[in-house]
Amino acid sequence: MDTTLKTKASHTEFDVESIRREFPILSVKVHGRPLIYFDNAASSQKPLAVIKAISTYYETVNSNVHRGVHHLSSLATDQFEAARKTIATHLNANVDEVIYTRGTTEAINLVAFSYGEAFVKEGDEIIISQMEHHSNIVPWQLLCERKKAVLKYISITESGELNMDEYKKLLSVKTKLVAVNHVSNSLGTINPVEEIISLAHAKNIPVLLDGAQAMPHMKVDVKELDVDFYCFSGHKVYGPTGIGILYGKEKWLKQMPPYQGGGEMIKEVHLDKSTYQEPPLRFEAGTPNIEGSIVLATAIDYMNKLGFDAIAKQENKLLAYATEKLSAIPGIKFVGQAKHKSAIVAFNIDGLHPYDIGVMLDQQGIAVRTGHHCTQPIMDLYCIPGTVRASFSFYNTIEEIDVFITALKKAIEILKK
Amino acid sequence: MSIEEAEKGLIEDFEVFDDWMGKYEYIIDLGKDVPMIDEKYKDENHTIKGCQSKVWLHSEMKDGRIYFTADSDAMITKGLVAMVISVLSGHTPEEIMQSKLEFIDKIGLQEHLSPTRANGLLAMIKQIKLDATAHALAKK
Repeated sequence: MDTTLKTKASHTEFDVESIRREFPILSVKVHGRPLIYFDNAASSQKPLAVIKAISTYYETVNSNVHRGVHHLSSLATDQFEAARKTIATHLNANVDEVIYTRGTTEAINLVAFSYGEAFVKEGDEIIISQMEHHSNIVPWQLLCERKKAVLKYISITESGELNMDEYKKLLSVKTKLVAVNHVSNSLGTINPVEEIISLAHAKNIPVLLDGAQAMPHMKVDVKELDVDFYCFSGHKVYGPTGIGILYGKEKWLKQMPPYQGGGEMIKEVHLDKSTYQEPPLRFEAGTPNIEGSIVLATAIDYMNKLGFDAIAKQENKLLAYATEKLSAIPGIKFVGQAKHKSAIVAFNIDGLHPYDIGVMLDQQGIAVRTGHHCTQPIMDLYCIPGTVRASFSFYNTIEEIDVFITALKKAIEILKK
Repeated sequence: MSIEEAEKGLIEDFEVFDDWMGKYEYIIDLGKDVPMIDEKYKDENHTIKGCQSKVWLHSEMKDGRIYFTADSDAMITKGLVAMVISVLSGHTPEEIMQSKLEFIDKIGLQEHLSPTRANGLLAMIKQIKLDATAHALAKK
């Protein structure tokens, strides 16, 4: 019995080498060295399944959706809607609650506009946090300017966690929405979203989660979370760029006016007045990113085939190893040391500018992100110009981290000479 | 020395390096000799913001020629800034306006001019040309 279990376990062991072979870009050379791609939080690389699905679409399906009576158009429509179903099933959402967008940014802008039009008036408050990506700050600033509403920020602690006591105090009868990230892109913090949602719901306040950094790493169940809006981007979950998803509870979507006009969002257009489709089509003006939508489902299928438990196990291993190795480097200061973290390590080296370190690592074939990561308020808070951020994916290896550490030491040696 | 001659000199200096390390060590060294901007000019008006590293630049006209002083918070950017200044400083506004700065490409540093590098170098070169235009107009 024991032996059988062990054999089974070894079969399901994550075979990184064979997975890496499914990602052609991982074998390119940069400055004459093998690429080490640690910029996965910015965008992930694509497996052959995804790359091939893009060409298959254009070779055999390409046509406009929801319009033609001809064969290709119905084939494209079928696949487009089947992809919506795949994504809905993955999120445990109803299919009519899944809206195609250009990405997380557009999804948040859509809610800020349409929910804002329906529910936010002068003097109302929106709560976000100081650890948000600019894409989850600026749409709310625009909304607040438009409606003369007030934007409130949950502060963050030194270790990079949300100040939950403050959050509780910010929730009031004036609060119309809470919008925070599920996982922080610059700190890696996994936020206590269940608690955030239940505290807001206790006061009948809906919650939007920016899931751009969560979706690549964990299985998200919108019903279990009971979240009102959830957004993510295709290109961070091993799918194409220019496609993203907004999940919204039907009860909200039905009450929200369109975001943009034209194309598929109309029911009837007359010179004096138009009527609109029910969600989700109401929010999908113009010809959508058909290929992106269909292939996003391919990417989601790919991740499910790998299995989120296996993905998490591999990524946690990489995070722990990188954190341990980096800790031994003199003058290192981690930015973001939350208890629950995604596979992101952000740091600075005493006396050195992150830009210089980034350039030196690039020369050695290593792709990290340096700068403020579109989270300037966080950098202001820590009084730093930016950080060096290494973000891992399941296709990264312990050996790559070893090369990275050696390269980092070399960079420091040159810069400190 | 003309701008082109100064560029040629820099290109020759870099020819000795056959690996990236030597090249970047030299860039960093050049940064240490940048004509340092006076602290009093390190204000908002003299700041050129890249997305990542900051550059401060000041220009002054003396006897019909422009002299630059600068600084940056990143070492590599500072070295690149020092190189641009060493080539352009001491020339007339017209000469500076017409300069092509081909040395950056020839040394293989063109990627530092890419907007994605966001180091402020591209913005600094634009500012230098704007300063030169302003000085040229003031002269008239």
